[in-house]
Amino acid sequence: MSDYLVLSGILVVVAGFALKLNPLLVVTLAAFVTGLLAGLDLVEVTSAFGKAFNDNRYISVVWIVLPVIGLLERYGLQQRARALIEGIKGATMGRLLLIYLLFRQITAALGLTSVAGHPQTVRPLVAPMAEAAAEKSHGKLGDAQREKVLGMSAATDNVGLFFGEDIFVAIASILLIQGVFDSYGYELTPLQLSVWAIPTAICAFIIHGSRLLMFDRRLTRGARR
Amino acid sequence: MITLQWLYVLAGAAFALFSILSALDSTNGKRFGNAAFWGLLAVSFFFGGDLSDFANGILVLLLVGIAGFGLLGRGDPPTTTVAERFGLSDRFGNKLFLPALIIPVTAFAGTILYNYTPLGGSGLFEERWVTLILLGIGVMLALAVCMIWLKPPVLAPVEEGRRLMDSIGWAAVLPQMLAALGAVFALAGVGEVIGQIAGTIIPEGNIFVAVLIYALGMVLFTMIMGNAFAAFPVMAAAIGIPVLVVGFGGNPAIIGAIGMLAGFCGTLMTPMAANFNIVPAALLDLKDQNGVIKMQIGTAIPLLACNIALIYFLAFR
Repeated sequence: MSDYLVLSGILVVVAGFALKLNPLLVVTLAAFVTGLLAGLDLVEVTSAFGKAFNDNRYISVVWIVLPVIGLLERYGLQQRARALIEGIKGATMGRLLLIYLLFRQITAALGLTSVAGHPQTVRPLVAPMAEAAAEKSHGKLGDAQREKVLGMSAATDNVGLFFGEDIFVAIASILLIQGVFDSYGYELTPLQLSVWAIPTAICAFIIHGSRLLMFDRRLTRGARR
Repeated sequence: MITLQWLYVLAGAAFALFSILSALDSTNGKRFGNAAFWGLLAVSFFFGGDLSDFANGILVLLLVGIAGFGLLGRGDPPTTTVAERFGLSDRFGNKLFLPALIIPVTAFAGTILYNYTPLGGSGLFEERWVTLILLGIGVMLALAVCMIWLKPPVLAPVEEGRRLMDSIGWAAVLPQMLAALGAVFALAGVGEVIGQIAGTIIPEGNIFVAVLIYALGMVLFTMIMGNAFAAFPVMAAAIGIPVLVVGFGGNPAIIGAIGMLAGFCGTLMTPMAANFNIVPAALLDLKDQNGVIKMQIGTAIPLLACNIALIYFLAFR
């Protein structure tokens, strides 16, 4: 039974997010609760937490793109992205995001996961373009609809990345699967694994793609009403 | 050789500048909170590798303290108005896209050149981080082009970067914090305990139920940890390998590959995957912190059903 005590950290996380406490506080509290219940002392938990934070600095390196993005926005990049879409006949939000989904899946499948992303492409280009395209078919968007269009732009980036990257043989998740099976005596090559990411990638394109086109139709219907 | 360390120095410099300009920004009532927060991140990037684990831990606790007690504000450095931006957008035209495209194109073309030409043998870049390093080079190139072409005030890139950074705020370090939480969970053996629980609820002889529990376990554990990587070794050890591969003779490559992708469906549905779900909500200024997740659930659930069906029908032929 005492083994189950280490799961209290999970309860802290769930309760903290539900109570909308500051997530940094929640995460830290969860780490200390878990560590202490597992028999570590305060110094050990602090050190383990600090070491892992330091080892994962590469996650936050991506913020170096912000000065360039901010500078270009100062000179009208978002407005330009909108103007470009307004000038294209037949451009709808759904079709635009569908093309972006395909682009993201293919580049990720080639191992190019960092060429696009939320700070690099979604905020400065994809989201304003999607908003402009939605306004073309729908007219001025209400707050709730605007949030949905922007949320869908970010969602499309995630779906494209997640269900494209595993087709590439040298991505971390494929290497992890290989490593885990290897430790149980199953020798798999990365290629054997990555081909089995293809059926799911196709399903993801069909499912998310149809949702994008349906979203388009809902917007247009809403406009006619 | 250009290593990840070079990027850390670049990031450290950016955060140091954000920190200094925050401290000087009298329009922000909480300017010293911002200065301290970005300053600590600069310290982490510059010196994190030299500090002891315990000192890094204290640094993290300070960051958490500043953010947790609401000491972070939002700077509003002077910039162009929306009306001016429409004017500038007309004046510069579609050429404005070029500097923005320099970053992805450098990363894309650079990675391909590096991997498929003799350049790769030169050892110019640290192998594991080629694309990320090229992203950094792309940023420097794009910045140089903007400065020469647009001739903004010298501090403009830092001020504009700081504006965006402040709008993201504490969410900027949440992904890194969650990775650190994962490390503490691993140390405490949380994964093994969950694996034991999952392993005890499988009825004998029913392949479909076993596949279902394997996939749902991946999803649930991924949602808790915010990361399918943490869930995979646990679920593979608890169910994937002993039950599905050994017990029912399933194909290990299919069970491994598609099991991981079932976990990715969980990543789409959890605020714990902050860099994919919470950070973009902040970046796009959404009112609802879970606005991105809500748009993803409609894709994640049917796709999970596909993954379960794919494992069931493909792995046991």
